[in-house]
This record gives sequence, structure tokens and C-alpha cells, in this order.
Amino acid sequence: MSANLNMSVTGNAPEALSIQQKLSSALGLAGLLIMSLSITDIGFQPKTLWLSLSLGMVAAGIVWYSKASYAHLPEGIKNDGVYFKSLTNRGLWAYILGLLLTGFYVVLYFYPSLLGLNSEGENTGIVALFDPLSQALSGNPASQWFVYGTLYTLAILGFGIKFLWKYRHNRYQRLRTFSVMFFQLGFAFIIPEVMARLNGDDFSLPYYNLVNIWPLNYYNFEQYRVDEFISAGSVGIGLLIFGVLSILVITPILTYKYGKRWYCSWVCGCGGLAETAGDPFRHLSDKSQNAWKLERWLVHTVVVFVVISTTAVVYSYLKTDQYWLSGTAFLISVATLLTIVFSWVMIYKRQELQKDAKYAAIGFLVLILALIGLHFSGMTDKIFVFEAETLRSSYGFAIGAIFSGVVGVGFYPIFGNRVWCRFGCPMAAILGFQQRLFSKFRITTNGGQCISCGNCSTYCEMGIDVRAYAQKGENIVRSSCVGCGICASVCPRGVLKLENDTPAGRINSQEVLLGNDVDLMDLVNQNQKN
Amino acid sequence: MKQEHIVIIGNGIAGVTLARHIRKLSDKRITLISSESEHFFSRTALMYVYMGHMKWDHLKPYEDKFWKKNRLELKQAYVTEVNTDQKRLKLESGELFAYDKLVIACGSKSNKFGWPGQDAKGVLGLVSKQDLEELEELAPNNQVCKRAVIVGGGLIGVELAEMLATRNIPVTFLVREPHFWNNVLPDEEAKLIDRHIREHHIDLRLSSNLDEILTDEQGKVKGVKIKETDEVVDCDVVGLTPGVSPNVEFLKNSAIELNRGVLVNRHLETSVTDVYAIGDCAEQREPIGNRPAVEAVWYTGRMMGETLAQTLCGNPMEYKPGHWFNSAKFFDIEYQTYGWVFPKPPEGHTDFYWEHEDGKKCIHIQYEKGSRQFKGINTFGIRLRHEVFDHWLTQKATVDEVIDNLKLANFDPEFYKHYENEIINVFRTQKAEV
Repeated sequence: MSANLNMSVTGNAPEALSIQQKLSSALGLAGLLIMSLSITDIGFQPKTLWLSLSLGMVAAGIVWYSKASYAHLPEGIKNDGVYFKSLTNRGLWAYILGLLLTGFYVVLYFYPSLLGLNSEGENTGIVALFDPLSQALSGNPASQWFVYGTLYTLAILGFGIKFLWKYRHNRYQRLRTFSVMFFQLGFAFIIPEVMARLNGDDFSLPYYNLVNIWPLNYYNFEQYRVDEFISAGSVGIGLLIFGVLSILVITPILTYKYGKRWYCSWVCGCGGLAETAGDPFRHLSDKSQNAWKLERWLVHTVVVFVVISTTAVVYSYLKTDQYWLSGTAFLISVATLLTIVFSWVMIYKRQELQKDAKYAAIGFLVLILALIGLHFSGMTDKIFVFEAETLRSSYGFAIGAIFSGVVGVGFYPIFGNRVWCRFGCPMAAILGFQQRLFSKFRITTNGGQCISCGNCSTYCEMGIDVRAYAQKGENIVRSSCVGCGICASVCPRGVLKLENDTPAGRINSQEVLLGNDVDLMDLVNQNQKN
Repeated sequence: MKQEHIVIIGNGIAGVTLARHIRKLSDKRITLISSESEHFFSRTALMYVYMGHMKWDHLKPYEDKFWKKNRLELKQAYVTEVNTDQKRLKLESGELFAYDKLVIACGSKSNKFGWPGQDAKGVLGLVSKQDLEELEELAPNNQVCKRAVIVGGGLIGVELAEMLATRNIPVTFLVREPHFWNNVLPDEEAKLIDRHIREHHIDLRLSSNLDEILTDEQGKVKGVKIKETDEVVDCDVVGLTPGVSPNVEFLKNSAIELNRGVLVNRHLETSVTDVYAIGDCAEQREPIGNRPAVEAVWYTGRMMGETLAQTLCGNPMEYKPGHWFNSAKFFDIEYQTYGWVFPKPPEGHTDFYWEHEDGKKCIHIQYEKGSRQFKGINTFGIRLRHEVFDHWLTQKATVDEVIDNLKLANFDPEFYKHYENEIINVFRTQKAEV
């Protein structure tokens, strides 16, 4: 069709940057350039000055750019030209940025020495540049993770300010953004660093971001961490208990009341980056039914993987009988818990599950139980079929590094900003499972007001075809929905509202939309019930 | 028994809703004929493609495989004649196409009122996919199109103004009425939107009519002349948006009775057996309530499709739309309406108006004087629940009940500031004694 060809490629639509936008971009890039040059050890001294300059220029560049982009415009939706810009429409710049980001992640995860990390002696390069800040916070020299954490926090704060400007008319968006900025700066960055200051010869806590909950934090219950927790006395035990309660008690309660958004788009660091730095790429998510199918298989496979891997790792040190909980008791508790959850779903929520989700649940449960059975049938050194350590390290490599980092963030400009959250995050899958079956949260559709325009689906970062529900007058109750609220914001007719209400009537489906003959609606909806 | 073949001319919201519902209810053969586009798209969202919010494919509410999967046959063709005696359509290609039952759902076309120059190159409406393509060609940027003039202050006109503004093309907007959309909106809201349009740097000319469109030697637009002032405004594009009318030219020689649109009774049947009409192109012989005989609204097209599907599947049903509702967005300000609010309250009715101090939010309610029965509400910048107002209208609630319970109807996002208390106070002060 000719429309497909000529739309969006006229090339001189309003995408040109203003002078202020160009200058601010240059300022921010200059800040990054200082950082990049430090890799060559050309001797930026004093480091404190150059580091401040570099970070300051990046921050100032982002804030200035945001102001130049939005401050002079009336409040409202700011998506003009999104599909004309190379960077946000999978053009050349998108691929360049994607390559740079993936490259950065590969170096970060696999070649940190290139950044100047030196575990034997003094750091060099970029890592050394960050030493003064790390010393000030934790009293230790920087690591590549400190560099990454600082840049990550800077990105959430800087682009958070941009997002605040963009959505300044929307109080839900503003509060949500303040929240992710707060949790990143406080819980993910400053508190764990400062906690490290408390560590001494006879007291040591593992690096712990309290809101990074297992299974997102898949290594939380590894032996070295558990040992450290236990050795740190009541504070450590408290934190360990908190870690267990987080996933088993706190998370279910909050998800019941507010949906998984309380975590995914208000607290979580991955979500925080996606909602701020990743916001310009949210429309790139795949909305097809095939992508949805892939999502369900992948993300639930990761859940199974992380459950098996964590169970194996924990069992491998519990079975030495040095702890109050024995390995066998632990395995039995895991199996019991899984069976309780599974039975509850099958007894009470059977109808609400789609066909293939049901098959998957049955299949996976059988798999886990079979593997545990296998263990009891005689193997002693190995749990299940693999060494626990092999499972753990392959999870860490495939999921922790490649999926969440290299693909998850590196491919923002190509596949959108929530690839990891949608296809890979086991935490999101568990919360989503609960959101779908046991929560008060839904997106309400406003009667018959939908005009099927498609803004909601286009700007859904999770690739939910929101319109498919809205145009039928159905509420949206989907496990993947992170409750970012952008669908409701971009809707030009006031059709969508995120809310927590009684579970009854949450999932509705009517054949005839509100506004038509009352008798017809009654008739059709009666037929439907029969 | 032979499988009945239902042929629908038009693949817009009316025709497609009908087809989907027939498929749910039956196994009939269904063909949708359209020359405009291969697949159904949301006409109301054309603007977002030009503005770069979406691509063409995003406008399609169903994936392309949907049609085959549901056995909905699509035929890209233009119908030139309808022969109801032989139950055959003649297509532009010359092909003859047979039907058992025919549904005309061919929609609207832009109005033109015989202005000199109205067919010149550079003059367009904004109704079809082809209009969008033409606009992209004529107004890709502000070098090719140094200024555009829009004629007609309604919903499409303001959309076109918003579209052109996103490409920094200066726009002069001629509105016949004293204020924007004043033939539908009361003065207060109309003035509120006037201000907002001007805030977006649109050169809004109220009480201004088009006299003629001026063209150059090549027959291309070079400007327009305004009737009231004789002022000539130079421009490269003229958007004609003074409303739409049924697109029924091709039926002129058929046996089907026409007026402005295809005349139908309450069962959406035309004057010819086995021929029906729905959507923008249908004209009710007897208008329903306060509704116009021709309703060119997304929602009514959909409702007619839902209704006719019942009739065609053996459950004859009258088109009885429920309470009137509608919505739109004017640049950044959303508008919803439930029930009837007229530019001036009719005899025996009165109104209540509240506007926020920022001048961007307001509600306007009309109600009966004696009984105080609530008749309708316009809301700008505050979202309201359809279901609640539908209920109040059915229950014939009084204006006092509505005002007192306005919180129940609020549909703004969480954490938004609420204005109900302020509204209640203003209402009590103004209207308590009446």
C-alpha cells in the first residue's frame, strides 16, 4: 500500500532538534566523553574534580534537554514525531545506540578489566575515576559494579526528571516517577553502600538492596550470603527473614491490594530504568499474539529454572547439616508449598486460566516434583540431574547477565524497554500470576467510549493489545500489566482507568457495548451466560 | 440449504461490527467490499499517523490473519451500481457480484458547498485513507506548505489544525460560528476551546466564512478570500472540514430510496427487500428522540452493526440506541458528553456551569426546571464514567442527585485532584433557591 511506503519517511517532519536540544545533547555527551577518555589513563587529576565534572555535565545535559523539549509546550501528551525519529523508530541511530549499550554490557559483565578493574592492586581507567565517590560512600575503592550502579542511578534520576516534565499534567505519573527515583537512589544505591561501612572484622553484611527481592535477586540465598547474614547476629538474621518474607508474605499482600505495579513500576530498579531512560522506546514492544505466546512460555520457563536452581543451591549447603534446617526438610517444604499453590489454583481458579497456561502449569509442576523424586531415589552428590553449582552459574550467565543486561537494556532501542520484564523476569511472572488470579487491580474500560484508535496498544511497553479489550468494553486483567498507566494517559477519549476495586466483576465481558438498546444488551448477555 | 451470502459495502466500523457479530451468531458467508483499504482501520485515528504517534499498521484493530481465521471475505473493489432486481453489484472493473442480502455501510464524504476553487489541487478533507496520503504529499513540512487554511469549525477541523501544528505549519482556521463548534457547544465551553486553540498558536478566525479559493495558473491553491473582510490569506493547502454527508452517489440510479442518505426504518431496512443500511450513510425516516436522522458518529455506526446482526440472524430487532453519549479531544483537552446539552437550554430547561480557575476544565449540566430532572452533561478536562451517567439518565435522576454524587462518576486517573466539593458548593450557592 502506498500509505505504508510514504508515511513517516518524508524525512523532514518535525524531528529536527532545536538549538537548545543540540547544545544540551552536546553537553551530556561531553560528560560521557570525559568518562570514556579516562579509560586511557591520560591522567585526569584530581579525580574528584573530573568525576564531578563528568557526572555533572551528563546530569545537566539531560535536564537542560528535557526543559528544552517540554517546558515551552502546553501540558499534554508529547508523542509528536515519535515515529519520524531515527532513534525512536528503529533507524540508524537506534542501532548505533543498541550496539553501544550491548557493547557496554558485554565489557561490564565479561571484561571488567577493560574498564580498569584491578583486584590485585590499584584500579585504573574508569573504575579509578569513580574511586573518590566510592571511598566517600562505602570507604572502599570502586568496582565495575559501583561504576555501573552510579551510572544506572544517574540515568534514572536524569531521565526521571525528563519524564516528570513530559507528564507534568499527570499526578499518577509524577508520583510513580518520584517513587522509582527514590528507591533507586536510596535503597539500591546509597543504603547498601553506606551499610558496607558498618562491616568490620567481626561484623559483615552482604551487599543488600532490600527491595531487590528473590527471584529477581536470584543469588539472595546463596551460601556465602546466608552465612554472612547469620554471622551478623540479629540484624543479619532479621534481614534474612525479611528476604524470605518479602516473597512469601509482603509481596502477595501488596499485589493483592494494588496489583504488581506496586513493585514493577513503583519500586523495582529494572522497572525504574525502563520507565525513565527507556520511556522513549516503549512503543517498540511487539503486540502480536505470537509475541504474547512466546512471552508466556519464556517467562514461565525462567520461573521454573530459577526455582529449581535456587532449590538446588540451598539444598546443596543445607544437606551438610550445619544449619538448623535440614536439606530434606527444605525440599519437602518447597514441594509442599508448590503443591498447595498449585492445588489452590486448580480448585478455585481453573476457569480463569487460559488453556495453555493450564497445560504449562501442570507440566511444570510434574517436572519439579519428578526431579525432587529423582533425588530421593538415590543420588547423593548431585541434586536433580545436575550439580547445583552448574545450575546456578548457568542461570547467572544466561538469565542474570545475558537476558536482563545485554538483551534487556542493550536492545531498548530495538525491542522496547521492557523486554526483560516481559519475557525474562521471574519476579514479574510470579507477581503477574497472582495479579491475574488474586488481586483487586484492573484497568477499567469506560463503557462504550472506545474508538479503537490504538494509542493504548501502541504505547503499552508490555506489548498488551489493550485496545482489543477496550473496544469490547472489557476490563483489562493481564498478568503482564505493570500498571505504568501510560495507556490511560494517551487515551484521547478517557476510556481507561487503573484502579483497585472489589475482585467481584473484575473480569467482565459483554457482547454489546454500553450505549446500545438496553433490551438487546440484556438479551445478548443472557444468551452468553447460558 | 444453500449458504446465505451477505455482502457488506464498506469495511468501516459499522460494516465490520456487523460482520463480526453475524459470524458469532451464524455460519453465513460474509463478504466485505471496500476500495479504500484492504483491512479495517480506525478512521478516528488517521490524525495520529500524520502526527507520528503511530504507524498505519497500528490503526488496524485486528491482525491481518483475523479475517481469514473468521472466514470474513475481503474484496477490494469499488461498487458502481446496485441492481436490486437481480441482486447483483456491478464493480468498477466490470465484474458482477451476486448477493443474497446486501448491507450498505459505505460511510460519509466531506461536504463541499459549491465554493469557487473547491476542486483545485491543494484542497482536501480528512475522512479517508486517501485524504491522509494526499495531506502527507501536500503538507510534509512548512517549506512545502507555508500556510494552511482550514474551513469549518467542527471536530475534523480542529484535528486537522492539531495535525498541521505538529509539523510547525502555520494554520488559519475559519469558523463560521461566533465561537468554536458553537452550533453544538454552549458559549462557555466554546470560548474555553477558542482560548485553547489560540494557545497552540492557531490563527483562529471566528464568524468568518470562506468566499472563494484562489488558484494559480496550474490550478493549484494559492490562497483563500474571507467573505466578511475580503481579506486574502495566502496558503498552499486548504482543508475543507464543514462536516460530512452520506456517500451515496453510486446508488442514485438504483431502486433504493434515498434522501440525504439511504432511507431506513427502525429495523435498518431500506425501501428494497433484503437491502439494509447502517452507519454514517443511513438516514432514519423518523429521527429517534433528539438524534439527527443521519448520525455520523463512531459509536452509532457500531451500535447499528450490533443491532442489524441480530435481525440478519433471525432475531428481528429495532435500532433503539440508548442514551446519547460522545467524546472528542481538542488538542490537549478531552471532552465527554452524556445525555443532551444544547447550545442554549431548550424551553423549560436551565443549566449549571462550573469552570476551574485554570480555564481548562469545566462541566456544563442542563436540567428541567420544574422536575429538576437531569438531562445531560458536557465535561472538559475531567473524565466521567459512562456507566454511572447511563444509569442516572435511565433512572431520571434529579440534578441534585447527580451533583451530590458526582464523585461516583469520576473517572480521572488515581491521585488526580478532585473538584466535586468545589462544584457542589458552587451549585448550592447558585441554584439552591431555584
